[in-house]
Amino acid sequence: MLLSIRNLSKSFPGTLALDDVDFELRAGEVHALLGENGAGKSTLIKCLTGAYRRDSGEIRLEGNPISPASTSEAQELGIGTVYQEVNLLPNLTVAQNLTFGREPRRFGLVDGRAQRKMAQEMLSGYNLDIDVGRDLGAYSVAIQQIVAIARAVALSGKVLILDEPTASLDAAEVRMLFDVVRDLRDQGLGIVFVSHFLDQVFEICDRLTVLRNGRKITTEVVADLDRLTLIEHMLGRELEEATEHEAAQKDPHSRSRPELLRFEGIGRDGVVEPFDMTVHKGEVIGLAGLLGSGRTESAELMFGVRASQGGRTRDADGPVAHGNPREAIQSGFGFAPEDRKTDGIVADLSVRENIILALQAHRGWTRPIPRSEQNRLADEYIAKLDIRTSDAEKAIGDLSGGNQQKVVLARWLAMNPRFLILDEPTRGIDVGAHAEILRLIHEMTGQGMAVLVISSEFDELIAVADRVIVLRDRRHTGELSGSDVTSDAIVREIARDDADPRTQRGAA
Amino acid sequence: MTINPRLYPLLATIGIFIAAYIVCWIQFPYMLSTRVAGNLLTDNAYLGIVAVGMTLVILSGGIDLSVGSVIAFSGVFIAVLLRETGLHPLVVFVLLLGVTTAFGAAMGGVIHVLGMPAFIVTLAGMFLARGASYMLTIDSVPIQHPFYELLKDAYWLMPGKGRLTLIGIVMLLSVAVGAVVAHRTRFGASVFALGGGERTARLMGVRVGATTVGIYAFSGFMAGVSGIVFSIYTGSGYPLATVGTELTAIAAVVIGGTLLTGGAGYVLGTLFGVLTMGLIQTYIVFDGSLSSWWTKIVIGILLLLFILLQRGLVRATAVRA
Amino acid sequence: MKRSFRRVLPQLLTLAALMALVTLFFPQFLSIDYAGGRLSGPVIDVLKRGAPVALLAVGMTLVIATRGIDLSVGTIMAISGAVAAWALSSGWGAGPAVILAVGAGLVCGLWNGCLVAIVGIQPIVATLILMTSGRGIAQLITEGRILTFDAGPFAWLGSGILLGLPVPVFIWVLTAVGVAALMRRTALGLLVESIGINRSASALAGVNATVLLIAVYMASGLCAALAGIIATADIRGADANNAGLWLELDAILAVVIGGTSLLGGRFSVAASVLGAMIIQTIDTGILLAGFPSEYNLVIKAGLVLMILLIQSPNLVGHWHFLRHSLRRDPDASPRGAKS
Repeated sequence: MLLSIRNLSKSFPGTLALDDVDFELRAGEVHALLGENGAGKSTLIKCLTGAYRRDSGEIRLEGNPISPASTSEAQELGIGTVYQEVNLLPNLTVAQNLTFGREPRRFGLVDGRAQRKMAQEMLSGYNLDIDVGRDLGAYSVAIQQIVAIARAVALSGKVLILDEPTASLDAAEVRMLFDVVRDLRDQGLGIVFVSHFLDQVFEICDRLTVLRNGRKITTEVVADLDRLTLIEHMLGRELEEATEHEAAQKDPHSRSRPELLRFEGIGRDGVVEPFDMTVHKGEVIGLAGLLGSGRTESAELMFGVRASQGGRTRDADGPVAHGNPREAIQSGFGFAPEDRKTDGIVADLSVRENIILALQAHRGWTRPIPRSEQNRLADEYIAKLDIRTSDAEKAIGDLSGGNQQKVVLARWLAMNPRFLILDEPTRGIDVGAHAEILRLIHEMTGQGMAVLVISSEFDELIAVADRVIVLRDRRHTGELSGSDVTSDAIVREIARDDADPRTQRGAA
Repeated sequence: MTINPRLYPLLATIGIFIAAYIVCWIQFPYMLSTRVAGNLLTDNAYLGIVAVGMTLVILSGGIDLSVGSVIAFSGVFIAVLLRETGLHPLVVFVLLLGVTTAFGAAMGGVIHVLGMPAFIVTLAGMFLARGASYMLTIDSVPIQHPFYELLKDAYWLMPGKGRLTLIGIVMLLSVAVGAVVAHRTRFGASVFALGGGERTARLMGVRVGATTVGIYAFSGFMAGVSGIVFSIYTGSGYPLATVGTELTAIAAVVIGGTLLTGGAGYVLGTLFGVLTMGLIQTYIVFDGSLSSWWTKIVIGILLLLFILLQRGLVRATAVRA
Repeated sequence: MKRSFRRVLPQLLTLAALMALVTLFFPQFLSIDYAGGRLSGPVIDVLKRGAPVALLAVGMTLVIATRGIDLSVGTIMAISGAVAAWALSSGWGAGPAVILAVGAGLVCGLWNGCLVAIVGIQPIVATLILMTSGRGIAQLITEGRILTFDAGPFAWLGSGILLGLPVPVFIWVLTAVGVAALMRRTALGLLVESIGINRSASALAGVNATVLLIAVYMASGLCAALAGIIATADIRGADANNAGLWLELDAILAVVIGGTSLLGGRFSVAASVLGAMIIQTIDTGILLAGFPSEYNLVIKAGLVLMILLIQSPNLVGHWHFLRHSLRRDPDASPRGAKS
């Protein structure tokens, strides 16, 4: 066994990120590490590469216990990592990147000629014909990725961890990368492959290990596994009962309600394939799909964060503009993004100011919301959404994640939008707040607002959505509604191997 | 063999310099003489030297506002020490370089430890160095030392009767040293790495703290050398001298093709940036009818041009990636 | 009101301590005479001489609140002064001269704002361009001479007396009060702070960051133009070389002393002009107290270092406890008006 991990645990304040995890990697295999957000993949990798110190358990490399304290120490031991956002320097040449830290020197000075020669030797066998004297940034991400692999292999040479290496590559580039990975495997390296593209896992991996909620669920040989079982392992759904109970509350006729908005041909190359969507008054639409399937991107296209190439949007009165966020807001849209910290909250501003921000921006700076009205709004939503804060003047950055999310929700509710998009509204929120947010969604739609919920928690979609649109590989592939909205059905829809366009049931 | 795109800004700088020189030469044939060339080097020696230090700072993504004050401090320090003590100038030089290097290192340390923008830290350094020179003297102190006369008059007579003075040679040497440090050492590679992104640099094994201290220490050292050269050039130390030189140096670095956000550029480019700025001044002197304010305007236009050029290049590479 | 008072309390205390210190060395510091319809005394002098930096600090506060910086304000002073002097010497009246000068300042601000907000150049670089070339433009206008003009209504703006006080004092106080009111009585202050803290989140909430950024740089240009008018009117001449030279650094210092973080966000115009007054008190005080003026810069350096220590993100953990104990203060009424 090349690498073996036993009983690894790691906790952070408030969460147990890894709970007694075992993992084994053989020389000459590609081993996939799978799991949804928060499963513990990245914590496991960080423990391996020395970015985190583990709390307990042991790691053995070729039988010897190791505990790397830094990435460079892990590298010297033989564990190299390549990340999705290539961790090399685009402003240095390929040769400089490859030889960084061990440049060949003559009389104490870096020998440029020898450096280029060394770089070329490092790249031989990777089937790359590039000028190593050029800036790395001049080459495509795929080539940068391979250069990063070459550096990691040369530096470490035993274990190679590929963390989402294909996330921004096209099909031809993925093939190119996989050729390299196969070569390295045949040379006897142990490769850990982290990806959320299941096709790719099935294509290149020998074995796979699934993590969920910080625990190891299973390790399987890929060839013996079908897609459905795998997704069930990843999502861990055994809740037929709950599903039926929830499904009873659904309105099977949500699509017969009056039409609110009709999106047609919204899409962008390399982001999401053009899709249609019809939104009805007072309905909740769920967007389901694995990470990277294009859920968030669809929302961003609808809210104008990214511009759609072509397509049009109409309501009963005619065309609706949503080319940028301000236009979308004018058209009565709202969007609570996935990453609260960077895109949602304005950390140093108070709860009150965060609540009124969108409304104020909408009214324009010349018409300030009177302070008494601001206080009323703040107090109203603090009470209504049960936001736990000592007072409305507290900086939002000092609140817990769930309460921050509620403030962002309040910001949009204060706008009274007709179409609200919630991207992972319950991510990182405790159970109580979770239920409250779902209750709030129901309340909002009761007044005619349409809500689009993106979530990787299928329970949540089932509990809240009237119908669920399923995405796969940046494509809207199917739709479930009424009593069809079950965990099982969603999983099956995601797993369906050939997403035949004919089966695409699009929006009405 | 195509040209490596990373060379574009450098080639643009050299191209502009040559084109400008040709324009000058067509109007004033005398400008193509070693005398003018020699003077160009001599008159801009102190600026060239300090700009070399500034190039490294900017390559790392930082900025050093203190250098103008440090040059003034150096002149005053030398003049006062020579007046008050019997030390040989060479000993004073060594002392001075020790002081300015340590000063730069201290600023680098503060930047790293406090995690504050280089802009504000070196602004404090600027006040401090200027204040320190005021405390030594508030007058212009002439330097009268036989050794200084020797330094001032040392030159190599080029063909064509142009004088390549000692301080001109010191500048060329500084550029050479700067180029070697930036492009041919591991320290230099770390400087570029920092300019490319601190987080990634750290992951690639750059010792960020030590490198930051080293960069500002180098800039302080170069400012010290520049101060020595300036004191030779003017023959005195004056605490009000070289106010604003830091900004001229930054402009020279940018016109020299270095990316102001760090991570890309050549020390050699800075030399041409300095020479281009000197050339504009020389042209205006030769012309006689043009007013000196055109220098500032032309330099401003060049600055804008290079900043836009680099923005374009950055965008172009970003699109391809 | 309580809240905003607490915000400027450190600056007020610093200023008071400084004044006490100066009085210790120069007992007449606080004495004010009244003769011939005008008040005079060191304090009045501080108020008048501090006018340019105070004005610059008002505009700079807004720019820094958006996470930017404006290096060109000193140069804009020179340009607007040159424009005013040119207008006067070409026979225009004081009114048109002021309008033209202010217009020049706004155009300069518009240029900076477009480079920052539309072209996307970092503020320090974008404003460096105007800082370098602007003095050349000012000299172009004055043709390299010091353009002088006769005493008249324009000169009154620099050296006149109104209600016993120098006119520049009224200009900066009114500008500061006006800008502060504009920021806090409209929603501008909130929107400016929000783009300074988190531009991406603000844009998603529908804040028009591009227009706001341009407006902020234009405001800075406007304040610089007013400062330039005062400086020009005071000496009855436009000196393109020296007007406002290096005042941008004092203005930045004033804002930083005023507690507005260079990393953007919460700002206080009142605290910034107090910062300007602190700087001017040091300047004047050192002179009066009989210390050599060379101490001035060393004291400024010390001030910056102190502020660095307070604002450092790496040390913020140590200050955290302090901040929280302040926040938990029972006096902090949530309904307290902020402006």
